[in-house]
Amino acid sequence: MSTSSLLAVDSLVVSIKARGGDVVYPVRSASFALERGQTLALVGESGCGKSMTCLAISGLLPKRGAISHGRVVLDGLDLADQNPKAMRNIRRKQIAFVFQDAVNGLNPVKTIGWQIAEAVALREDVSWHRAKSRALDLLDRVGMPDPKTRVREFPHQLSGGMNQRAMIALAVAGQPKLLIADEATTALDVTIQAQILALIADLQREFGMAVIFVTHDLGLVAEMADAVAVMYAGRVVERAPVAELYAAPKHPYTAGLLNSLPRVDRRRETIQVIEGQVPPINAMPSGCAFGPRCGLATDECRTTSPNLVLASGGALACHHPLTGTPL
Amino acid sequence: MTLTYLGWKLLRAVVTMWLVVTFVFFILRLTGDPVAQLLPDDVDQVTIDYYRKLWGLDQTIFVQYWNYFLALFQGDFGVSFRDNQDALQLVLARLPKTALLGLTALGFALLFGIPFGVLAALKKNTAFDRFVMGLAVFGFSMPNFFLGILLILGFSLQLRMLPSSGSETWLHMIMPVFTLGTSFGAQVARYTRSSMIDVLNRPYMRTADAKGAETSRRLYLHALPNAAIPVVTIVGLKVGELIGSAVITENVFAWPGIGRLLTSAVAMRDLAVVQCILMMIALTMVLSNLAVDLLYGWMDPRVRVGNREGANR
Repeated sequence: MSTSSLLAVDSLVVSIKARGGDVVYPVRSASFALERGQTLALVGESGCGKSMTCLAISGLLPKRGAISHGRVVLDGLDLADQNPKAMRNIRRKQIAFVFQDAVNGLNPVKTIGWQIAEAVALREDVSWHRAKSRALDLLDRVGMPDPKTRVREFPHQLSGGMNQRAMIALAVAGQPKLLIADEATTALDVTIQAQILALIADLQREFGMAVIFVTHDLGLVAEMADAVAVMYAGRVVERAPVAELYAAPKHPYTAGLLNSLPRVDRRRETIQVIEGQVPPINAMPSGCAFGPRCGLATDECRTTSPNLVLASGGALACHHPLTGTPL
Repeated sequence: MTLTYLGWKLLRAVVTMWLVVTFVFFILRLTGDPVAQLLPDDVDQVTIDYYRKLWGLDQTIFVQYWNYFLALFQGDFGVSFRDNQDALQLVLARLPKTALLGLTALGFALLFGIPFGVLAALKKNTAFDRFVMGLAVFGFSMPNFFLGILLILGFSLQLRMLPSSGSETWLHMIMPVFTLGTSFGAQVARYTRSSMIDVLNRPYMRTADAKGAETSRRLYLHALPNAAIPVVTIVGLKVGELIGSAVITENVFAWPGIGRLLTSAVAMRDLAVVQCILMMIALTMVLSNLAVDLLYGWMDPRVRVGNREGANR
C-alpha cells in the first residue's frame, strides 16, 4: 500500500448495533488502496459489505453504525478520526456518491437544477445565481438532452437514464477526488448502462477523479476497472490488477464468480453457479467464511480464518489458493 | 398549475355543493312535519293549513325543491319559522364566532402538532417520542365533550380561573380552543411523525447527506417539503371533523356560534335555518378541500405537472 495512494483502507471493521443490543459486523476486514485517477472495482454478492464499506469511507454509516477498527486514509487524512462536521466538508469537496436508484435518489419536490446548484453552493461560496448557471453547464456536460428545459424539471418528468445523468452531475458538482459509484448502472437498460459507464469514464479523465465501482457484475469490471477487490462476507478476500484477476483468479470465490459469468467464448454448459449463499451477518461460520461453499475446504479452513496476505501485485486470503491456469 | 386542473376541481366543488343541498333538503322534509312541531298541540286544522300554505309546505316535495332552488339563486335562503327572520342573516351573524373558534383551534393544533410530530420523528423510539405519542393517543381518544366538562370542573368550578361560558373576552376562548384543538393537534402530531419518519428513510435524504448538506438544511429544505404533503391532505380532510366537533364544543361552553344555533334549530325543525347552516358547513368543507387540492398541487410537482410524454421510468 503505497503512501502516495489517494485512498488507503486498512483492516476496516464496521459495527452496527442492532435493536436488542447485539452488535453485528457487516464489514469485518476490508483493506485496499486506490491511486489517484484510478478505478477500483469492489465486487461480491449482495450482503458482502461492499456498500457498507463505501458508506464507512464517506461517513454515511447509519446512526447505529460505526467504524470500530481500522483506518480510512484519504489524501493523508484519517477519516475514521474525523467528526461529523469535518466529514460533511469532505463529502462536499472530496468524496461524491452516485447511488443505484437515481429516480428515488433525487428529491421529488425540487427541480433538477436546484439539486445540482445546491451541491455547487455547498462546495464553494458562490451566489445562487452562479450556482444555477453552473448546474446548467454540468447538465450539459453530462450529456443531458435539452438541459435548459431539464434544469427546471422534476425527477418524475425524466427517464431513469436522465435521472442518473442528473445524479452524476450532482456528484461531480463538488469536483471530488473520489467518486463512489454504488451499483450506479444496475437499474438501467443495457444500452443506457453503457452510455452512463462511458460518461463516468469520461468525467474521470476530465476531473482526474479516482472511482470506486461497486458492482456484482464482473462483466462491467473488466471494462472499467484498473484493479479489483473481491469481498466476501465482510472481508476483502482477493485483490489484484484486473487483467491478472481475470487470467488467474487465486481465490476459489473469485473463480466461482468468474465461472458464473456467461461468456461468448465458452460453451453454455460450463457456466457454474456457486452453491449456497452468503452466510447471514449474525451467523458467520468459524474459520473461512467461504469454507462451507468451497470445494477445496479442509479442516484448516473450518478452524482458522485465513489472513489477507500480500501477493504479487495484489493480496489474497485463502489457505488453498488456485494455481496454474484454471478455467 | 394548469387551468384544466383548476377547472375540474371547481366543477367538483359545485357538484358537491348541489348534492349536499339536495340531500339535506329531502332528508329534512322526509323526517316530519315542522308545522306540527312549531305550533301548540291544540291548534285547529285551519291554522295548521294556513301555516302550511304560508311556508309552501302544501305543495309536492318536488315543487318545493324547485321553488327552493329558484329562491337560492336569488340569494333567498328562506326565513326562520320561529321568528320570521332571514335565515341567512341569522346564520351570518353567528358565523364569525364559530370561525374565530375553529381557526384558533386549527392554529393551536398545527402550532403544537407539527413541531412535536417532527421532533418525535427525529427522536424516534426514544423516551421523548414515546411520551409525546402517548400524550397524543390520550389527546385524540378523549371525547370533546368530556374534555370540555373536565376543564369546566377544574378551571371554572374548582380553581375559578376561567369563565365556563360565553365569548366576551379572550379568557373565554382558552378552554373551548383547547377542547376543540387538542384531539386535532394530537392527530396532526401523529401524522407528521409518521410522514416524517417515512421521508427520512427515503433515498433522496441519503443523497442530501452525501452532498454534505447539514442537518438543518436536510430537515427544512429536503425533508419537510415532502413530509408536509400528506399532512396537508389530512388536515384539509379533518377540517370537516373539526366543524362537527365545534357544534359539540359550542354547546358545552355556551359559545354563541352556528353550532349552538344548529342544535336549537334542529330541535325546533326550523328548516330554513338548519338548511342554511348545513350549507355553510358543507361550503366550508368544500372550500377547505379545494384549498387542499390547490396547496397539494403547489407543494407536489408530481401532481402539478404530469409525466413528460415518452419518459420511461
